[in-house]
Amino acid sequence: MPVVSIREALNQAMDEEMARDERVFLMGEEVAQYNGAYKVSQGLLTKYGPKRIIDTPIAEAGFSGIGIGAAMVGLRPIVEFMTWNFSLVAFDQIVNNAAQMLSMSGGNFNVPIVFRGPGGAAHSLAATHSQALESIYAHFPGLKVVMPSNSRDAKGLLKTAIRDNNPVVFIESEMMYGEKGEIPEGEYTIPFGVGEVIKEGTDVTIVSWSRILQHIAVKAVGRLAEEGISVELIDPRTIKPMDWELIFNSVKKTNRLVIVEEGWPFAGVGAQISHEVSNHCFDYLDAPVERVTQEDVPLPYAHNLEIASLPNIQKVIRAVRKVMYLD
Amino acid sequence: MNNILPLTKPVTKNLLGIAPEILLKWYDEMLLIRRFEEKCAQLYGMGKIGGFCHLYNGQEAIAAGSIGAITPDDYVITAYRDHGLAISKGVDPRRILAELLGKHTGTTKGKGGSMHLFDREKNFLGGHAIVGGHIPIGTGAAFACKYRGEKRVCLCFMGDGATNIGEFHESLNLAALWKLPVIYIIENNKYGMGTSVDRASSIEALHKKAAAYNMRSAVIMDGNDVLKIYQTVKAAVDHARSSYEPSLLEVQTFRYRGHSMSDPIHGHYRTKEEVETQKKLDPLTVFAEALKDAHLAADEYFESAEARIKSIIEECVQFTESSPEPPLEELYTDVYAE
Repeated sequence: MPVVSIREALNQAMDEEMARDERVFLMGEEVAQYNGAYKVSQGLLTKYGPKRIIDTPIAEAGFSGIGIGAAMVGLRPIVEFMTWNFSLVAFDQIVNNAAQMLSMSGGNFNVPIVFRGPGGAAHSLAATHSQALESIYAHFPGLKVVMPSNSRDAKGLLKTAIRDNNPVVFIESEMMYGEKGEIPEGEYTIPFGVGEVIKEGTDVTIVSWSRILQHIAVKAVGRLAEEGISVELIDPRTIKPMDWELIFNSVKKTNRLVIVEEGWPFAGVGAQISHEVSNHCFDYLDAPVERVTQEDVPLPYAHNLEIASLPNIQKVIRAVRKVMYLD
Repeated sequence: MNNILPLTKPVTKNLLGIAPEILLKWYDEMLLIRRFEEKCAQLYGMGKIGGFCHLYNGQEAIAAGSIGAITPDDYVITAYRDHGLAISKGVDPRRILAELLGKHTGTTKGKGGSMHLFDREKNFLGGHAIVGGHIPIGTGAAFACKYRGEKRVCLCFMGDGATNIGEFHESLNLAALWKLPVIYIIENNKYGMGTSVDRASSIEALHKKAAAYNMRSAVIMDGNDVLKIYQTVKAAVDHARSSYEPSLLEVQTFRYRGHSMSDPIHGHYRTKEEVETQKKLDPLTVFAEALKDAHLAADEYFESAEARIKSIIEECVQFTESSPEPPLEELYTDVYAE
């Protein structure tokens, strides 16, 4: 199987879908001549020309809304945010227009659009450039929220997103674009709402996604294995729809759950998972559900404060030991 | 501050050589909108219409003249004062009234209400209730027209208040930069709710905002003159079709009712005298006079038009009252498309 970076995987997904469907186009800041702020759209301008690979001014509300209007009348736009932090300037468009259009119009107009770009913390970018916003977007009925953690999923899920007839919030990780992984040969897609068991285990279930899954949870699981603790690690891949059955079945087996996410604790995605598991697996739980999140503060610039705020391997190990009553 | 229009007769007395049947159709349409809105006011007063309800009385010439200048293939989008424009775009008034009363036969099955009328068949893109939020969408519809190489255009209506929000400015810049076939039409009724234009905008001549984006613009000082509106919008539409270039048009108009049905007709922000002065320039009256002067219609025509419209309104009420509420299963439909 070919080995490609997440950046290349995303590029292939857009390239293949644009070749397949004339209605698909890419629009965003620096996506064309500059080849993308993170080079995800490298080479696409040369291949598809300025009609379909479109540089925008810095006007997120304006170009997001143009994408929504174009989608309402039959096109299938991909709108790139240089980072998801900048989507907050387009929040009105994504929420009031993209998410609610189908319902508000009584089924008259659906909005097949993909909003994509990197989210979460990188290195020392401070509060406004480091936010994990998946819980906010997952809150709104009408949106789907996708967060791949590897090259195979990045490509397969982005192709599904582009073919979806609804607005899709597709959050990549700024820190993972260069990370490589195997992808299947040729054409494939990955459905929404189907998670993956990354590693089977028997003692504790960990649910995690995107960068925190690969950079923190996977390593913590390795360390815990050395202590003789067997963790089942689940990547839901899509936050909305969420693969509840996969999580419930795992918890029914391990009887313990730790959720590890980059976002803040209050009303985070993990809070929802915790509630659903409490409701559906109450009799199976041997300990209260634990969560590892970012501290409930705006993320500071200084490196030591930044790493202190974000989830880390030690925090995950502590949470797992807690649900096993080992501390 | 001088918000009162000059008392003038329509400037386009020669009727521009437009076919009589089209002129009379516009008159009927304006009368239908007027009587429809009066019925809405009555039903709102009876507690049958919920939420916010923004009426179009006084602005009818803009709907008839502007939409008279486009074809059914062209798109129309507007804000929440949308009944009149929807009617002119061909949306069934029975379904509009049913929507206002929250019925399943309404334009959006009772999900959108007064502020969110939509009709895919009629290329009516809404009905939007966040001021300025729909302007990028209308711009996007025009983007799609150009992307597909079509000669369609989008008329994007807004109130004066929308010209101060960011989405207006981002849209105008992008439409001019990318040469998109969109015609922005400001229905300047002098007040964003209770705030007069001079208290909200650093420039009172709102069409001049186009200059910042190197965009063509025009102002229609007499928004009661349906022919002048038609003529100006038609020129902008023709230009958009031939060159893909946008325009910003400002139409000076006046709403007879309060901002919405929950607001008084006059009060702290405008006087009774101002409202009464404006009503003397009623768009229906000036158009009727022009038609009479040109011997295209006599008193009998206007009497028969009243009777025809009255029966349409009665039909709307009957249709609405005999329509069911949406079944509870509708709560979970239209959230995601297949």
